[in-house]
Order: sequence, then C-alpha cells, then structure tokens
Amino acid sequence: MSSEALVEIRDVNFAYDSRPILKGINMTFPKGKLVAIMGLSGCGKTTILRHIGGVLKPTRGYVKVDGQVIHDLDQDGLYRMRRKMGMLFQFGALFTDMTVYDNVAFQMREHTDLPEEIIHDLVMMKLHAVGLHGTQDLLPAELSGGMARRVALARTIALDPMLIMYDEPFAGLDPISLTVVGQLIRRLNDALGATSVVVTHDVQESLKIVDYIYFVSDGAIIAEGTADDIRASGETFVHQFVYGEMDGPIPFHYPGGNYNMDLGVGA
Amino acid sequence: MAIVSSLRGIGSRVVNGVWRIGYATRFFLMTLLYSGASFRRFHLTVKEMFSSGVMSLIIILVAGMFVGMVLGLQGYETLKRYGSESALGTLVALSLVRELGPVLAALLFASRAGSAMTAEIGLMKATEQISAMEMMAVNPIARVIAPRFWGGVISLPLLTAMFSSLGVFGGYVVGVVLIGVDEGSFWSQMQAAVDFQHDVLNGVIKSFVFGVAVTVIALFEGYDAPPTAEGVSGATTRTVVQSSLAILILDFILTAFMFRGD
Repeated sequence: MSSEALVEIRDVNFAYDSRPILKGINMTFPKGKLVAIMGLSGCGKTTILRHIGGVLKPTRGYVKVDGQVIHDLDQDGLYRMRRKMGMLFQFGALFTDMTVYDNVAFQMREHTDLPEEIIHDLVMMKLHAVGLHGTQDLLPAELSGGMARRVALARTIALDPMLIMYDEPFAGLDPISLTVVGQLIRRLNDALGATSVVVTHDVQESLKIVDYIYFVSDGAIIAEGTADDIRASGETFVHQFVYGEMDGPIPFHYPGGNYNMDLGVGA
Repeated sequence: MAIVSSLRGIGSRVVNGVWRIGYATRFFLMTLLYSGASFRRFHLTVKEMFSSGVMSLIIILVAGMFVGMVLGLQGYETLKRYGSESALGTLVALSLVRELGPVLAALLFASRAGSAMTAEIGLMKATEQISAMEMMAVNPIARVIAPRFWGGVISLPLLTAMFSSLGVFGGYVVGVVLIGVDEGSFWSQMQAAVDFQHDVLNGVIKSFVFGVAVTVIALFEGYDAPPTAEGVSGATTRTVVQSSLAILILDFILTAFMFRGD
C-alpha cells in the first residue's frame, strides 16, 4: 500500500480501567483504499474504529486523520473533522422517528444551508445509489434488515465523506443482502474516491471486496496483507479464522476451571 | 469482614450517588448551554411540545375535571358544617391554583410524558442513534435533549392551567349545578379571594419549577441508561419515582417560601 495515508495509527495502546484492550497497534489506511479490520468478537476491532472517529483517546500513541491528531482536537475541531467522515453502524442506527427521506436528509439540513429542492434531489440520488429509490416515505420500522442497512449507507454518504467507516456492515444479513451491501461498499468507495475502513468478521464477503486486511487478536495485530496473502497465510489463527475450523489456537471452551470437579467426579 | 464489606457497600453507594448528582448537574448545565438551537429552530421544540404536552392533554383534562368534582363534593360537605357553603368557589379555586393543580398535573406529566422521554432517549442510546448523531458531528444535547427539555418546561405550566381550569369547572358542575350552591356567590367569592400575583403567579412558578425538575430527571435518566432492556426499564421506573419525590419535596419548599404566615 504505497499511496498517501489518510489515517495513520501509531503504537496505539488503550485500556478500560486497568484492562488492556489495544496493545501497540500500528495501521495505515491509504487514500482511496478499502481496508478491513478482522478478528473475533471482543478483540478490539470496534475500539480501533472509535479511536479513528475520535470517540476514544489512546492511553499511548496517536491516531492521525487527514494529517491531524484526532484526539488532540477540541470539540469544534473534532466536529469539523467528523463532517468529513461517515460511519455505518452495526444495525444502521436509523432515526426511528424519521422517514427514510428525513434520515438521509438529516446531515444536509444540519450542516448545510442548501434549499429544500436541492436537498430533495440529493436525497433521491443517494437513495438511487443504494437501489432504494421509492422508499423515501417509509419509516425504518417498515424496512427489512438489508434495506435498513442500505438506507443507513445512503445517510452515511450524504455529504460525500472522505473517510467511511463500517462497523460490522454484514451482521445479520441474508446472503443476497450481504452481497448487495458488500458490492455497494466497494462501488461507493470507488465512485466517491473515499477511503473506507470495514470492521467485520465476515471473512468470505470481505475478502472479495477489500484491498488490504489487518487481523487483530487480543488487542494486537497478528497478520496483515492483501486478500491473497490472507488466504495463503501460514499463521494458524488466521487459517482457523478464514476457513472457520473447529480445531486451532482459538479454543471452543471458555477457560472455566476443572469440569470434572464441577460435576463432582473427582479431580 | 462482614462489617467492612457492608461499610464498603454503603461508601460505594454514597460515592456513586454523589457522582450521579454531579453528572446530572453537568448535564443540566450543558442542556442550558446548548439551548440556542431549540429557539433558533423553534419547530424542533414545538414538535416536542406536541409529544409531551398535547399527547398528555386527555389525562390532564380528565383528571382535572374529576379532581375539581371531588373537591366540590368534599368541600361542600365540610363548609356546610360551618354554614359557609357560599365559599365553595374560593375553596375549589385556591386549592387548585395554589396546590393541587401544579402538583397533580406535574405528577401526571411525570408518569405520562417523563417516562416516555426516558424510554425514548434510552432506546435511542441503545440502538446507537445518539452515537450516530455524534459521529455525524451533530451535538445530541443540542439536537435531541434541549428541544425536549424546553418542550416539557413550556408544556407543563400550560397543562397546569388547563388542569386547574377544568378543576374549577368540575367544582362548579358539582357545587352549583348538582348540589345547588348559589352561582353568584360561587363565582364572586372566588374572584374576590383569588389574587393573581399571590395565587395564580405562584402556581405558575411552581409548575415551571416542577417542569424543569421532571424533564431534567427524565432526560438524564434516559441519557444515562445502560443500553439494555433492563437498563431502559430501570431508568423509566427511576424517572417516575424520582420525579414524584422531587415534585413533592419541591412543593413543600416552594410553599414554605410563597405562603408562609398567610
């Protein structure tokens, strides 16, 4: 990955109270690329995303977005930076008291002085881009999971962000919706000339669309590379994860002490 | 060891309680600080006045009417012993305007609108709508909390006025129409006894203070609720309990200052 970096994470450590979550993370997200962060649930993927969004501050190291250390910004600076970002939440996080139209128009109304006619045309274009033109009058409760995710995607790209973050965009989707959302992520990234960060544990879909992958386990990067590098990786954790195998370094059992003792059948 | 453990538990609760009061105070100040948008874009506040005020109208009007009717009945029975039935209008009006109107309207408002506010904000938090707003560089205190705060604070005095008006009408229906108290003395004694500044304005001040207390408690509990089903239901319960207690305690304090020695 040689092009100029939009996001740089250097030696980032983070802990909740005294429990370490991230340990010496180094990542680079080049402009125009689609990069995935993969790993098991609870390994620290979303925490990395929250650092990029300036929600969390590292205990050591720094996160630079567009040349600025994001956790050093004051609230106005942080909000100015976030206007250039978009984030798709795991289950969309659509505003349930607003129609699809108002959800997509939300940022335009909050951050611009555009007249309502222009906002209308922009909303229609965004909805068309995600294949949901005609749903503008529906409420989020009237959408399927896949449609809600696509509306959220339209809202995420409402102001043509330079950086788009996706938090588990494939969670809970049927196979068709999953492919549709995956392809949309790729196409929108290329069409907008944006940089995208996808946090996911959906290996097969991600390997089809991303340019580069970081594998995180227990708060540290254990492997990185292109989709082909990852598929061919000799790292046992990566191999077990990519191919969904039962046997490997990731144990099936929770480390819960002596099972026989709990059953009362001796040590 | 049991004593140490108990003391530690008590200490922990006290410290957590102080922290929460601090958070709530900061939350209230932030709400005031970011209230500008609620007035610049007044339609946001009007929308919340509809949710918390208009949607509470039925319960407020029905309750006000029946409270007034009960006051008419009970007041007549008591005043009759002293031959003062003609003072029924005064009794009904003063009881409602000074005390029952602000307190009962606030209690009903806390149960109907306060619990709804807490549940709504709590669910917005649980479904990451608040986080999404923050990531969109939109301050949720300014966009979500402040309009609801002002919507509630403006609505409650209006609801209280309607509660008291319907209550007076209920007292009139029972006292004058059904029992037969003289209509002229009912209204004239009421008009002579009720002072605008001393009675009506103090009632309005009370309902304003209750409105601030109920909406701040409701919004803070929702904003601070753990993002789980139990968290939201617990926060909703706390809103009703804490609001009710706050209303009654504040009512005593305000009454002591407003009407002492009268």
